[in-house]
Formats: sequence, structure tokens, C-alpha cells
Amino acid sequence: MAVKSKKLNLKDKYQYLTRDMAWEPTYQKKKDIFPDEDFEGIKITDWSQWEDPFRLTMDAYWKYQAEKEKKLYAIFDAFAQNNGHQNISDARYVNALKLFLTGVSPLEHAAFQGYAKVGRQFSGAGARVACQMQAIDELRHSQTQQHAMSHYNKHFNGLHDAAYMHDRVWFLSVPKSFFDDARSAGPFEFLTAISFSFEYVLTNLLFVPFMSGAAYNGDMATVTFGFSAQSDEARHMTLGLEVIKFILEQHEDNVPIVQRWIDKWFWRGFRLLSLVSMMMDYMLPNKVMSWSEAWEVYYEQNGGALFKDLERYGIRPPKYQDVANDAKHHISHQLWGTFYQYSQATNFHTWIPGKDEMDWMSEKYPETFDKYYRPRYEHWAKEHAEGRRFYNNTLPQLCQVCQVPTLFTEMGEPTKLSHRQMKYEGERYHFCSEACCDIFKHEPEKYVQAWLPVHQIYQGNCEGGDVETVVQKYYHINIGEDNFEYVGSPDHKRWLSIKGKSSDDKTERAKRDAA
Amino acid sequence: MSVNALYDYKFEPRDKVENFNGMQLLYVLWPNHLMFCSPFALLVKPDMTFGTMVEEILKPATAPHPDAAKADFLGAQWLLNDEPFTPDVNASLKDNGIDHKSMLTVTTPGLNGLAGAGF
Repeated sequence: MAVKSKKLNLKDKYQYLTRDMAWEPTYQKKKDIFPDEDFEGIKITDWSQWEDPFRLTMDAYWKYQAEKEKKLYAIFDAFAQNNGHQNISDARYVNALKLFLTGVSPLEHAAFQGYAKVGRQFSGAGARVACQMQAIDELRHSQTQQHAMSHYNKHFNGLHDAAYMHDRVWFLSVPKSFFDDARSAGPFEFLTAISFSFEYVLTNLLFVPFMSGAAYNGDMATVTFGFSAQSDEARHMTLGLEVIKFILEQHEDNVPIVQRWIDKWFWRGFRLLSLVSMMMDYMLPNKVMSWSEAWEVYYEQNGGALFKDLERYGIRPPKYQDVANDAKHHISHQLWGTFYQYSQATNFHTWIPGKDEMDWMSEKYPETFDKYYRPRYEHWAKEHAEGRRFYNNTLPQLCQVCQVPTLFTEMGEPTKLSHRQMKYEGERYHFCSEACCDIFKHEPEKYVQAWLPVHQIYQGNCEGGDVETVVQKYYHINIGEDNFEYVGSPDHKRWLSIKGKSSDDKTERAKRDAA
Repeated sequence: MSVNALYDYKFEPRDKVENFNGMQLLYVLWPNHLMFCSPFALLVKPDMTFGTMVEEILKPATAPHPDAAKADFLGAQWLLNDEPFTPDVNASLKDNGIDHKSMLTVTTPGLNGLAGAGF
């Protein structure tokens, strides 16, 4: 007689530890237990059709994650003990980490909150378990990112108060409002926004630049975090695709709703990633690839194949992707120019790219860099050399939806600013693009409440009326340490002393390179 | 369209004029001068004259640009909220019809920024 194994096989284990955790309620109505499942208009006829390609169960999850943590923290320790920060390519690289820690790590935490919430809202057990695991992943990513970068906080400026800054600093309202928009939506829109549009369609454009950027620039701590998160990200991407296919297969009425969400969240993600574009082209001393190359590979090719695949459900590529594709030649330069002129109000430094870097950009952006952007840097470098480093002392207009300053140009007209305006219930609203204006028109009540940093300063809600007071007291940016130009900054001087060089030759060389 | 929500979803706009302590917002765009990355967002008194706004706010804001010294803003071509507009220099912003969150566009013929790049 065969002895029944005490160990469950994978399939049984998955069944017992996920689907069997759910039951048909008898004392309460299902609708009362899951009250948020229907209001978005998404129709689910059969939750049992939900497929979880990973079939991961909690017991295995904890075991894998614990092993990864052990290895990760061993490397963080070694990195700190060996003064790993001294082996990076150049201290300018650390500015990419400052952007990541204030802009991205708090989003991981917001994602944790979002998945924890939707992990309660679905009546299907498979979807609930997948969301709960992703919630824990996101919390882990937020924590491990902070630990990966904490060593840099001992040696460089601008990393000391990331979560606080995330809620206040003007440009960080771009990532913050992105996630607030998703988290305040219903559960299906949240998954379409974050799991599909962000994690599946666009995540490579965030992760590849930062993690490969870390590898190319000698940052062992951050690249090790990247490896530790990779298997989670693969799971998240798979969930993103499963979510969309599941919703579309459940009912044909879901198609137009999902299409509108894809249009909206593709665009919101694209605007958010404009921050990454400038990081990629400008903040990495050793370049991985250009933003336009990354956009071609990860969006135009991979995204193209994906939307081809989704055609059979009646889904078309996102509206305004033609605008985004055209913008790949411009946005990194437009963003860097913006941050260059508002460096007095950022927790990171900016600088004029060196000669080699500008030549690299001419090669990567043959149609646009020499014609539209190199002349800007040449002018600003000349001004700087003559003691007039350019700062824009007047606050910018912000887009009501994406909250980026209205700095983008029209498709095919790179010298014409893209701007839209409309009136809603007697109030005027301004937008960076037709796409952001469309998003507003669809849900105006959501965006009339936008906390626009420039307007908040002018209303007197940020501890002062002048930029200096706001930056110091409200943002917690240490003036003269965290902000302004990189050349001659305390970070720059510290780096030169680490490398045993005097700051004078380097400043001279930087000026010569820039000229 | 309106928000699909679980309850009656209605909120006050956050940037109503009464939140600005007697002041109002004004945006000014100077086309072909992308050195200033986006239109300026200005906090102005509604009873300030148009001429004072140009002299005391717009001129200092644009001063870092080499074209600024040559620009005749008062004699330039103006748009108010995308419509042709002839400002009365001595009248207040309010009397010029410039309300809260209006946008002015000022084109200075012959001055098209640096390097032929609208910069």
C-alpha cells in the first residue's frame, strides 16, 4: 500500500494556501464584504478564471525573500566597510541616487499601501493573494532602497530627509500626485495603472536606467538591490499582464473602460518618466544608453508587440503615443534645462555637461541636440564662466494634471511651447499638453483639488513668501550644501579630496570642458 | 464627464482667488525664449497697473536673457488667454480684463531668442 506523502505537491499547496482560503459567505452578503468591486463598471463573471502563473504561496514566499535579504544585507555591510562610495565613477552620479531616494522609494511605499488596499477589495482569492504579496514586496523595496543608499548619506548631501521632501518639494509632487491619483481610484483602475501601465509597459524604463546606471557607475549597493528586486519585478510584470487579460476576457463591456485607463496611465507614466530621461542622459557619468534608445527598445518595440497582442481584445495602442514617440528626441534635454535653472530649489546639483558628454549627445540625438540644445549649454557655460551662473528666479507655471512645469514643446515644433487652457465651473486651468487636458476633462473634480506647489507657495502655505525660506524651512533643503551648481559644491570638493585632487585644477578643467 | 465614485464626489477648487490673500495669479509666456523653461507664474495685485506689472515684475524676470534689454514689451503684440489683446498701460490688471489665472503671451517681433533655436 502506497504511503501518502506528507508533503503537498505544488498544485495542492497553491490550492490550499490561496483559493481555499476563501469561502462563500452565508451570514453576510458578498456585496457588503466587497463593496468596492463594482462601482467602476468592470464586470467579473467568474473569478476562478484568474490564473496566477507563479503559484507562489506564502510559506515559499517568506523563505525566498529571507534568503535574498540575507545576501543583500551582507553586501551592504561589505560595501559600507570598504567605503564603497569611493569607487563610484564620479560624485555627480550620487545625484541620480538623490532623485531616486526622494522620487522613487516613497512610491514603492505608496505602492505597498495601494496593493494592501486592493488586496482586500477583490472577491477573488487568487487576485487578493497576488496583491498582498506584491504589497509586501513593495514595502521591502522601499526599505531596502533606503538601506542601499543610506551609506551615501554619510558622505554626500541632499539624502537626509527623503520621505519628508517627497510630500513637499515642488518637483516631487510629480511622482507623488501620480501615485495619489492611482491610489484614490477604484481597485481595477489601480491595477491597470500600476500593475499594467507602469509595471508591465513602462517599468524597464525606470529600472534599467537606475540599476544598469548603478552597475556602469560602480555603485555596488544599488545594483545589488536591483538584483534582489529583479525576481519580484518579474512577478509584478506577469501580474500586470494577467490582470489586463483577465479583465478583458471577463466581459466585452470592460474593453472601453480599460482602454481609457490605458490611455490615461500610459500618458501619466510617460510624463513621470521624463524625470528618468534626464537622469539617464545627464546624471550618469558613465552612460548606459540614451533615453531615445531606451524608449525605442522598451516602448516602441516591446510595447508595440504587446499592443499587437492585445488587439484581439479590441485594445489599441495608447492615445497620444505618437506625441510620446516624437518627444524621445527632446524631453531629457528639456528637463535638464529646467532643473539647471531651478537648482536653487532642488536637493541635488546640476551642471553643464562636459565636452565628451555633449559629443555623445550629438551622436545619440543627431536631429536635435546640436540644433536646439547644445547652444543652450554653450550660452549658459559662458555666462557661468563670467560669474553669472543662470538661475530662473521666477516660479514656473505647472500643469494641473501631471504637475510638471509646462515646459514641453509641440510635436514636430521643438521651439513652440505646448500649452492648453480651459475653464471649468468659472475657474481657469492650464495644461502641458492635449493629453493632460483630456485627462482633466474626463474627471475634473479630481484635479481641481490638485496641490500645486507653486500655487501653495503663493497662497502662503509653505512657511514663507520667498524661495529661500521655502527651500530651507519648508523643504528641509540645506542652502549652499544640497542645492545649486555642482561645480564648487561641498559634494564636489569632498569628491576631489577623496580622489586626492585639489579643487582648483578640477574647477578649471570643468570650466574648460564646458567652454 | 465626471468621476466614477462611491459617493457624491465634489470638492472646492484649491486655487480659487480668495485663497490668495487679495492677490491673484498671472502667467506670462514670452514665445521663442525657452531659456525660461515655462511661462512665468506671477503673484500680482489686481489693481496694479499693466505698466507697473511690466516694469516691476516682467522686466526683472526676463532680465537674464540677452534679448530682454532690446525688448519693447509695452509696444509688443499681446494675447490674453489666446485672444488678441491691446493692453491699457495705465489701467489696472482687473480693468484690463485680466482675471485670476489668466495667461498673457507677449511676442516681440524681431527678437526670436538665441542661436535660431527659440531659446
